[in-house]
Amino acid sequence: MYVEMKHINKSFGDYQAARDISFGVEQGKLVALLGPSGSGKTTILRMIAGLEHQDSGDVVIEGKVVNDIPAGERGIGFVFQNYALFRYMTVYENIAFGLKVQKKPKEQIHKRVMELVQLVGLEGLEKRYPDQLSGGQRQRVAFARALAPNPQLLLLDEPFAAIDAKVRKELRSWLKEMIAKVGITSIFVTHDQEEAVEVADEIIIINEGSLEQMGAPTEIYKKPKTSFVAQFIGTSSVLEDFSGFKGFEDAPKGRQAILRPEFVEAFKSDNEKFKSLISAAEEGVIREIAFRGSYLTLTLEVNGILLTANRSLERRPVSVGEKMCVLVYRAYILEEEDAHIYKNRMLEGVDVEAL
Amino acid sequence: MKKQKTTGREEKPWVRRLLIGISVVFFLIMLVFPLVEVLYRSLKDGLALYVEAITAKNTLSALRVTLIATVTAVAVNTFFGLCAAWLLTKFEFKGKQVLSALIDIPFSISPVIAGLAYIMTFGRMGWATPAIDWLNEVLGTDISLVFSVPGVVLATIFVTFPFVSRELIPVLQAQGSSEEEAAAMMGAKGFTIWRRVTFPHIRWALLYGIILCAARAIGEFGAVYAVSKARGKTFTLPLEIDALYMAGSADSITQAFAVSSLLVLLAVVMLILKQIVEHRGKREQ
Repeated sequence: MYVEMKHINKSFGDYQAARDISFGVEQGKLVALLGPSGSGKTTILRMIAGLEHQDSGDVVIEGKVVNDIPAGERGIGFVFQNYALFRYMTVYENIAFGLKVQKKPKEQIHKRVMELVQLVGLEGLEKRYPDQLSGGQRQRVAFARALAPNPQLLLLDEPFAAIDAKVRKELRSWLKEMIAKVGITSIFVTHDQEEAVEVADEIIIINEGSLEQMGAPTEIYKKPKTSFVAQFIGTSSVLEDFSGFKGFEDAPKGRQAILRPEFVEAFKSDNEKFKSLISAAEEGVIREIAFRGSYLTLTLEVNGILLTANRSLERRPVSVGEKMCVLVYRAYILEEEDAHIYKNRMLEGVDVEAL
Repeated sequence: MKKQKTTGREEKPWVRRLLIGISVVFFLIMLVFPLVEVLYRSLKDGLALYVEAITAKNTLSALRVTLIATVTAVAVNTFFGLCAAWLLTKFEFKGKQVLSALIDIPFSISPVIAGLAYIMTFGRMGWATPAIDWLNEVLGTDISLVFSVPGVVLATIFVTFPFVSRELIPVLQAQGSSEEEAAAMMGAKGFTIWRRVTFPHIRWALLYGIILCAARAIGEFGAVYAVSKARGKTFTLPLEIDALYMAGSADSITQAFAVSSLLVLLAVVMLILKQIVEHRGKREQ
């Protein structure tokens, strides 16, 4: 493990930002700390950086406990949420700052700065001041500045929050590419699951100061371990009691269930493709149809419970009030803090994924 | 239907004219006429009397005291203001609100009360006097904090101490601390961070605060009046003007105006400096 957090606790007055947090990040990985706002993810990042000090526990970098090493000596590059570029310095001076502090010879500084300017594609803008740059350009400067002193670890706090939605997607892939190119171990904080899923190799989900789950994006998506993760990841609706549904008779009674739209299939009773599965389906009525641009989201009432399902625009048109067959492939049933997958028993032996 | 205005915020022309009229009349009556009167009165009996008035021994002594008090007050308050503004914006601690409110006391308290409080504390009857006496004995000095130049300086410091910190606090607050943290992440130490990151940001606000502080220090009357009773020794320019005017002879009144014109001149210089600083500061934002 390159970076390790061992039983970290931290509180600010009554607010507990980290509760016994432990995790490790392997060298070269790009990891996302994902959680809702106020979950403590930024505090965790700042503790790794040394900008915040944990109440108890150890921060280990490269096998060395760095608890007492000041931020500036941990060999970490940090990209701040609003970039925190030095506004009275030019792009060049911003990138050169860390090297100047280290009293590197002038030619060496110049060489390194120009190398970075080229890497992030800011040639010709060296003499600009931060307020003369666009949001995306500022992010590039912040990135180059953090990398200038050759850190072994890069930390980014909400790196895309200050950028408008249109450019954000573009920058995500840019940043991912850059980090891969430089080959630096990186941890970034985000509240946007789409961002985490798209950019990170691994995701750490934080809620109320506790680590909920750590794993690859697909693993977290497919196998949420806790009820929080099941609800937080993906679009999900919470159902109060699910045990009455066909195929879920053996699910524990009186438990909440989480359903994602992709777990639900709605088809007309004369559908050819789903003909063999019609016995496993419940009957439902369309209550609402929302147009999502490239697909429809149907709200269906089944046994007095409202479910949502997505429907491709390529399929036959449907209308509100229409009767549909509703097939539920699987659901997450919540038990206390944990989430368990229950598959529709009536579909046993059917290759659902081949449908 | 009437023609639609583009912004919806444009006033009718007569409203604007009325507001301009009110401002100009107010400005003339309250400011321009009295100041012109000062200059006119000061030169009314000829240049010779004017020069005599502003080179009189008492006037020069008053000018000296005023400058000493102003320079000291500015130096002390700049240092204190920087510390206080830094403390109040970059740190979290108990009693922060209280301290922040305390700094403003000189704004809300009558300066005379400040002066009297100094007499009560450091005067012959004051509780701090034995300590000062003891200090004088040990050091072989003869410092006295009331009815003396140090007293004048103290009173001036008291009434002007919020100016610098009040100018700096909003600027430092707006800046936040992430730029400093960024510098610290790259290994910069306290003083480097201050010099390269914090100071460039606050320099115009600092200069602006210093000018306001100096202007107030030069013109202070009430607090100084309470602790300064010796004309020709501890009087400042405003006190000297008051003394000349109160003497009541035709000559001394003219002299009072002559000395006043000196203060007006200083005020104008301050005003110009303030404008320049404001302008430069804005341009850099």
